[in-house]
Amino acid sequence: MRRALYLLPLVLFVVLVGYFATSLRPGHDSQELPSAMIAKPAPAFDIVGLGDSRGLTLDGLKGHPFVINFFASWCVPCRIEHPLLMRLAEQNHLPLYGIAYKDKPDDSTRLLATFGDPYRQVGVDRDGRVGLDFGVYGVPETYVIDSAGVIRRRFVGPLTAETVDKDLLPLLKQLGQS
Amino acid sequence: MITELGHFALILALFVAVIQSAVPLVGAARRHLGWMAVGRSCALIGFGLTALSMLALMHAYVTSDFTVINVVQNSHTDKPLLYKITGVWGNHEGSMLLWVFMLSLCAAAVALFSDNLPPALRARVLAVQGMIAVGFLLFILLTSNPFLRTFPPPPNGNGLNPVLQDPGLAFHPPFLYLGYVGFSVAFSFAVAALIEGRVDPAWARWVRPWTLASWCALTVGIAMGSWWAYYTLGWGGWWFWDPVENASFMPWLVGTALIHSSIVVEKRDTLKSWTILLAIITFSLSLVGTFLVRSGVLTSVHAFATDPERGSFILLLLIAAIGGSLTLYAIRAPALKGGGLFAPISREGALVLNNLLLSCGCATVFLGTLYPLFLDAMGGPKLSVGFPFFNRTFAPMMVPMLIAVGIGPMLAWKRGDLLGALQRLWVAYVATALVVLIAFYVTYGGPMLAVFGLGLSAWLFAAVLTEFAERIRLFRVPFPESARRAIHLPRSAYGMTFAHLGLAVSVAGFAASAYAQEAIEILRPGGSISIAGYQLTLEHVDHVPGPNYVADDAAIRVTRGGDFIAMMHPQRRFFPLQQQTTGETAIRTNLLADLYVALGDTNTEGDWTVRVYWKPLVPWIWMGAIIMAFGGLVSLSDRRWRVGAAARASRRGSAQPVPAAGE
Repeated sequence: MRRALYLLPLVLFVVLVGYFATSLRPGHDSQELPSAMIAKPAPAFDIVGLGDSRGLTLDGLKGHPFVINFFASWCVPCRIEHPLLMRLAEQNHLPLYGIAYKDKPDDSTRLLATFGDPYRQVGVDRDGRVGLDFGVYGVPETYVIDSAGVIRRRFVGPLTAETVDKDLLPLLKQLGQS
Repeated sequence: MITELGHFALILALFVAVIQSAVPLVGAARRHLGWMAVGRSCALIGFGLTALSMLALMHAYVTSDFTVINVVQNSHTDKPLLYKITGVWGNHEGSMLLWVFMLSLCAAAVALFSDNLPPALRARVLAVQGMIAVGFLLFILLTSNPFLRTFPPPPNGNGLNPVLQDPGLAFHPPFLYLGYVGFSVAFSFAVAALIEGRVDPAWARWVRPWTLASWCALTVGIAMGSWWAYYTLGWGGWWFWDPVENASFMPWLVGTALIHSSIVVEKRDTLKSWTILLAIITFSLSLVGTFLVRSGVLTSVHAFATDPERGSFILLLLIAAIGGSLTLYAIRAPALKGGGLFAPISREGALVLNNLLLSCGCATVFLGTLYPLFLDAMGGPKLSVGFPFFNRTFAPMMVPMLIAVGIGPMLAWKRGDLLGALQRLWVAYVATALVVLIAFYVTYGGPMLAVFGLGLSAWLFAAVLTEFAERIRLFRVPFPESARRAIHLPRSAYGMTFAHLGLAVSVAGFAASAYAQEAIEILRPGGSISIAGYQLTLEHVDHVPGPNYVADDAAIRVTRGGDFIAMMHPQRRFFPLQQQTTGETAIRTNLLADLYVALGDTNTEGDWTVRVYWKPLVPWIWMGAIIMAFGGLVSLSDRRWRVGAAARASRRGSAQPVPAAGE
């Protein structure tokens, strides 16, 4: 019995390795996590807008392909991603909508006032309900949704110029044509 | 040419490390002194080779040699010299080279400063160090080689991420790595002890200085990282529970536990297998931290290159290092015999409590960091815990610990007198009550938790001072006698007092951050904001050219009650190369509070968003960390680590009772 206790750390470590290995399995790219939600209709949401803006609803966005970005003011990686989003909004006119995830509305407003607002509209997900429905794993996370409201792609973590150019923009273009 | 020299030096270092990991081990098993001595020379040669390699890469950066891919990707001719040098470790390949360099530095230090170690133990320790080096050298050479060339060379490089071009961040990685990697020595000692099947007080005394030194470096490294986040990210926040921050915080927590539990091994010859386990876990967490950042399993600010191939390689390394050592632990640890018994209420008991709380705290941070990963792997519903989780779980766990830090050192070894200790701490109760009342009165209507936190800090501060006064019997014996006692107190006792005082100072900083005030206004030149009695007037905003950026520099006049205090210059810097804008906050501190100004966006009419924070006691967070690290260094300078006492003791087979942190 006492010996078994000494085995415990090793056993726990083996379990941990199992988790690490699954997260590294082929196709399990960190930027593009296969999600149970891919190719499924995006969960419906109807949330209040940030500040005085209109509310954000899934039905209101359908009709054109669009991009949803979950962000928060307390999130450091979002800060890294922010300049890229600004560039995408200005240069590529990306139909980008923001969801402020588990963030105080005042803080989100301040973030956008300070560093610029790349979003066409921002919804407030104060308790993380919408994030839960989407299966958000951490902020920032970005979803590409087609005109029918089906999730086509998910990006976990800050977008990089490379993924945007090679993946996100071509996909949006393709979705826009079909 | 120089680049190739660096490359070859690294390959040679790999071969040397292979020899270092095998020959001394065989020598130790066969009691062959010559073979054992090989470890020492290998460690020194390995250090020389990796240092050469590091210098070669620096040379490529400083001369902007764009035939080297790594330089192309991370440097630029216009980059200031400081960032050309520190850019060496501002990327994945270079930072791994720095890692290995630090590792070889530690091995060389063990080789040089281990004259009082039995040759077999030294040989085994160096062999384990060699094995770790083999793993990481292979990793660099096979998957992340910084010396690869490209032809034809591009006219210029891509530059370094502007957010990373900052003096605070430039020196943060070396300290952090020194801390991470320094724990490899404790790890090697633990594995060597398991191979020998013997852990005694002398062992603990050899391990402690290494652990202390790494702990100091890690403390400074974490503090620098948090300070950087504070002034660069422009939010006035100093800790974000970001996976990378957690990755450095976890080894710190367990390392702190290790420092304390090794005192028990040294003084009382017990808690052995637990201490060994802590030594293994501390370094394992450093490795896991490396893995999390490099592999792309979790994303974060600093995640330079995420590449599954590298991830798989590091995972194999983890399995070999951690799996191997834990297997050895499972086989050998049950045979380690515990020594002295102790009552639950005793110094040992207090240190066990400290260990339990720190380990649980670490486990919480670990779970919070990896929870999304666990759920994801099981295909279950995906949740994100983030910021709110840690504040609700980790913080409450640290409260009993902070209370106990005040009491623990007052208890005697073996069997303590809790009631007596609590009575002797009456000064601390008075101090706590005073601080709580004053804080409550001054900040009436403010956050109650902050009052509580300040009370905790006051308790800790007063209790530590009471303990020190007890030790020199202040006011009980004539003052000259107290002074004499103070002079003769071992340095390790001073070290403990400083480290605990530093903790109290930091806690005050954490707690008082709840009182921060902020104001945000859109200002036209001439407009002003007032905060906490200060009046800030935006005078003008100028275009200022920098070495590789152009900045909008705001001149803000700070006055208080009409008196001029200072001019502050927050900036927004635009880096044309990366098309990125970064904020450069201006901070004015009087050590009691920070006035923090960040310049935001502008619009076409020339209005500027200006954010101002007033943050009381915030500088104390880092001052506390520096005091803690200083305490560690003071303890490290204790002469008993240096004198041959340890070697003599080990020859006799038992250790002399030498004062650990507190008698």
